[in-house]
Parts: sequence; structure tokens; C-alpha cells
Amino acid sequence: MRAFAFIFLLTPLAALSAVTGYRLDSSPHDLRDLVSLQSGARTYMNYCLGCHGLQFMRYKGLTELGLTEAQIKEHLLFSADKVGDAMKGVADPKEAKAWFGVAPPDLSVIARVRGPDWLYTYLRTFYRDPKTVTGWNNAVFPNVAMPHALWSLQGEKRLDIVAHGDSAGHAAVEYKWSEISQGSQSPAQYDATVRDLVNFLVYVGEPAAAERKAIGIVVLFVLGVLFIFAFLLKKEFWKDVK
Amino acid sequence: MESRPGLWGWFDARMPSVAEQWRIHASEYYAPKNFNFWYYFGSLALLVLVIQIVSGIFLTMSYKPDASLAFGSVEYIMRDVPGGWILRYIHSTGASAFFIVVYLHMFRAMLYGSYREPRELVWIFGVLIYLTLMGEAFFGYLLPWGQMSYWGAQVIVNLFGTVPFIGPDLALWIRGDYVVSDATLNRFFALHVIALPLVLLGLVVAHILALHDVGSNNPDGIEIKKLKDANGRPLDGIPFHPYYTVKDIVGAVVFLAIFSFVMFFAPEMGGYFLEHNNFIPADPLKTPEHIAPVWYFTPYYSILRAVPPLFNSQFPGVLAMGVAVLILFFLPWLDRSPVKSIRYRGALYKSWLAAFVVAFVILGYLGVNPTTVWGQFGFDAFFLDTKEIATWAARLCTIVYFLFFILMPWYTARDKVLPVPERVTA
Repeated sequence: MRAFAFIFLLTPLAALSAVTGYRLDSSPHDLRDLVSLQSGARTYMNYCLGCHGLQFMRYKGLTELGLTEAQIKEHLLFSADKVGDAMKGVADPKEAKAWFGVAPPDLSVIARVRGPDWLYTYLRTFYRDPKTVTGWNNAVFPNVAMPHALWSLQGEKRLDIVAHGDSAGHAAVEYKWSEISQGSQSPAQYDATVRDLVNFLVYVGEPAAAERKAIGIVVLFVLGVLFIFAFLLKKEFWKDVK
Repeated sequence: MESRPGLWGWFDARMPSVAEQWRIHASEYYAPKNFNFWYYFGSLALLVLVIQIVSGIFLTMSYKPDASLAFGSVEYIMRDVPGGWILRYIHSTGASAFFIVVYLHMFRAMLYGSYREPRELVWIFGVLIYLTLMGEAFFGYLLPWGQMSYWGAQVIVNLFGTVPFIGPDLALWIRGDYVVSDATLNRFFALHVIALPLVLLGLVVAHILALHDVGSNNPDGIEIKKLKDANGRPLDGIPFHPYYTVKDIVGAVVFLAIFSFVMFFAPEMGGYFLEHNNFIPADPLKTPEHIAPVWYFTPYYSILRAVPPLFNSQFPGVLAMGVAVLILFFLPWLDRSPVKSIRYRGALYKSWLAAFVVAFVILGYLGVNPTTVWGQFGFDAFFLDTKEIATWAARLCTIVYFLFFILMPWYTARDKVLPVPERVTA
């Protein structure tokens, strides 16, 4: 009981630290949805791979998403010759660094660094900002070096950040979004595109995740059975300890 | 003596010391019959050691101790090596499990006075194991070559740099370079996979030999060797084998179930067992905003941060951190209580032990967070060198941590104790 009281005492502190910065939306991705993963892979290859490699992932790994090697070769093999090759970025990192001021990072394990919620929110909160070099800025990652790579899908947005002081003296920030131009996708379609892309990145971050959970269930079951025998054995031996 | 028939008889006639050792350490090692829950953690620590050594051997087969390849080789293990992710998660979960088990094992010793005479050497070897384990964990944490690996190592090596006079040369000697680099990675690899495991194994043998010479303590803190039957066997003792071997198997299965649950369903453990920022490759040019060691070091890291610098030197904090660990060696001589077990101790010791545990846990919690985690005081005063609430909380806990040891001779001697029974209780 006392432990619970302690946790309750700490809860407001955890909540307090969460309100600083833009509030993250919860990512609706689902690793079991192969169609979503394939769609995410397609979006990634078309819009991201130009600059961001997935060097620890092989094209062959996409067969795990239900694609055949022939499909991969025909539609997705943009930066290599063989399906066994790594998904390297297309752009030369040195040139990319000259263009953006910072080399675009490899995104193989980005989902493990940032988490899906951050990625899902980040990719949906780019806005036009004439003060930056690229003309783009981001609500979650202020002054990010990357321009909005998916802008033709989402369209252009404008963000006004209004700061008010509330009664307790804490600064409260209000985010007001407005539309400058429409993209080729509706907001709902764009959210789905980002959901699929994030799903794909989560998959790439740890391709073994699905297998891991499946094996885990078997292992726990075996240990459960072993426990019964170990417990009975112990009980039998300890009968004579008075 | 008539030699036994068959292969075992043949072997026994030529090497009788094997059977002899088995008798001394298992079938005729008399352990108190009243061991409780807390007594599982010794055998579990041994189990984790074996898990770490075996998984470590297999990881070494695919890992590359090279600054330009290390990070990628870990991801290669995670993706392309068959079963590689299982090995990696066993090893990373095992590192945290090792400290959980060892902390609980040490706490058991504090509960029942297991460090008291005649077991001082058992305790000293135990503290040496703990120190070696800290080194082993620190060297191992550099190997994935992520941002936290890199900057964590940078911070810890720089601590040695604060030692007066020899500090900078000492830090340079440890790193083998002016910054943490490929040279550092190579030597840390050597220390992690060969040097410290050898030391660890030797110390574990010494720990167990010393224990078996004097016999195990128990939750009542009574010496069971005082009362023996006609055959010279302790009245309250039972042979370790088969009684405790079968009991420890139950404990091991339960432990492995919890262990498996973590490694198969939450291997990152919310960023505590595998830190999120350690999935960013090491970048010597980019210091992360918040560098925190892995959770098992954070109580000491908190003590380091809590002590204010003196004459622009961080050495007092480093000294406090070092003393906080080394003071454990003196525990057997600081405790002056006439009883060993918490069952017969008075309110004074119980309160101090509780305060110590609370302080240790809060220090650990604060150590994983930036010092701004609890905000600032709303007022100012001349003595406030910092207005951060967390820093002051850490200072308070640091004081409690040290007072627990420093005042121990006084409060243990003056505590009202209960009479200790002749025989162990259930």
C-alpha cells in the first residue's frame, strides 16, 4: 500500500514533464498488418530512401512482409543490384551534408530511438516557415534540417504558436494550425500514409519483434510446466525436513 | 576402503578428490534448514554468471571490436545472425538481472547480519565481486558503441581525470587516447571478455570456499554448528544436496520465467535495460543533452552529482562516490549489535535500514533523470548554490546513505534487542 502511495506522489511529476513541448499523438500502427507494412515500405522507398538509408536492413528482408523477390526487384530495388544487398541511401552522404548542413541519418533503428508516437507526430507536423533555410519547420523538432519530404501528399500548413500565461503562472502554449495549400491526399489519407510509414520503420527497427513474442509464449509455457515438476520434486524431498 | 565397481569406481580410485569435493560442498555441506525467500539470490547470481558467460562467448563470435564496425556488428547480430537477437537480449537482460540479483543478495546479508563474525571474509569477497561486476558492466557497456556507450565512458573516464596531480595522465592511460576512441574500445573489449571474467570467477570461488568453511548464516542469525547430534551434524542443518539443490531449482525456474518475460516481451524495459539513445551510433562530435548511466549505477552517479565542487574541482564528488562503495568493506566492524538478524534487532536499526533503502532508491531514481526533474524552489536564500529541488533531495539522501554507516557503531550498540532463541525458528 505504501508503495502505491509513493507512486501516486510521483505521478504528477511525470505528468508535468510530459507537457513541455508539443503533445505527441499516439501512433495507431499495427505490426501484424502486412498491407500497411507493404504500403509503408513503398512510401519509404519512394520518398525517404533518396537521402536516408536503412543500411542494416537487406532488401531480402522485405520478403518477411509478404513480398516476393520478383516484386522487390521490380518495384523497390532502388539503391542496389541484388536483393541480398543492404538498403543504402541513394544520395552520397557527403553531398547530402553539403545540401542540408547535416548528413541525413540512417534510419534503420530510428524507431527504437524516437519511438513510434514521436515519428507519427513528427511526420504530420511540418509547417511553412520563411525564417529557415529550407522554408520548412516542425512542431515536434524545431528548426529541423530536413524539409517536408511528403509535402506533395500533405500539402502546406501554417502554424501559429501563441503563448499565454495561465492563472498558476505557468506558460501555456497554444498551437493553431491552418492550411496554405492542399496536397494530393486528404488529411485522413495522409494520416494513414504516415501510420503505414511508421509501421514500416518500427518493423525495420527490430525485424525479429514478431518472432520474439511468439517464441516468448512457448518459452514461458515450457517454464510453467517445468515449474510444476520442480515444485513437486522439492515438496517430495522436503517432506522429511522437520 | 573397498573401491566401487564400474566406471565411477575406476575414476574414483584414481581421482578421489572429486567425490571428496562433492561431499564437502554438496552432499555433506550442512545448511540451516530455515532458509527463506531471500536465500535464493546467491544461487541465482551464480546462474546469471553462467548465462552471461555462455551468451557472451557466442556474441563474441559475431561482434567486431572496431570503432567503425562495432555498432553495425551489433545490428548484424540482431538481424542476420541466426538466433543472434536472442543472444543479444539474453546478455543485455542478464546484465541488469545480475545487478538486481546481487543487490537483493547484499540486502539479504544486511537483513540477517551475514557479514558478521565469522563471515567477514565471505562479505569482503562479496564486495570485491560487486566491484568487479561494476567494472565488467562498465567496460561491456561501451561495446555496442552507441551514444550512451560513448559518452557514458567519456564521463566515467573523466572522473579519474579529476584525481589531484595524476588525474589527467591517469585518464589518458585508461583511454589510450585523448578521447574515447578505437584504442579505448579495443582495450575495454579485452578487459570485458577476458580479464574481469577471470577475476570474477576466481572471486566467486573464494566467496563460496570462505562460506563453506564457516557455514551459512540463516534468518535467525544463529550459529547452527553450536548444537550438533551424536554424528557431529548440526541439529538444525540439512545437507545442501539434495534439499537445497531441489529448492534452488524451483527458484531458478521462477527466475528464468521473469527473465524470459522481460527479454521476450520488454527487452528494452522502457529504456532502462537498453537505453533509447544507445541506438544512435557513437558520435564524438555531438554530446547528448542528458547523459545518464544505466540504472544500476545511478545511486552512485546521484551521489557524484550531489556533492558540490570545491575549488573548481569535481574531485570531492568523485571521492564521495568512491567512498560510498568502499565503505561497504567496513560493514562487519561497524555493526556492534549483540544480535545478527533483523528479527531480534530493535527499532533503531530497523529505522536506519529502512531510511538507507529509501535513500538508495531515491538516489537511483534521481540518477536516471536530469537534475531539473523536480523543478526549482520558489524562494531564494544565501546558502542555495542551486535552486534545483532534485539536487537538494540527492544531497539529503547522500547524507542518509553515509550516516547509516558512520553512525552504525553507535545505534547498533545502543539498540534494544530481543533475546535470540537456541534453535532456528520456522
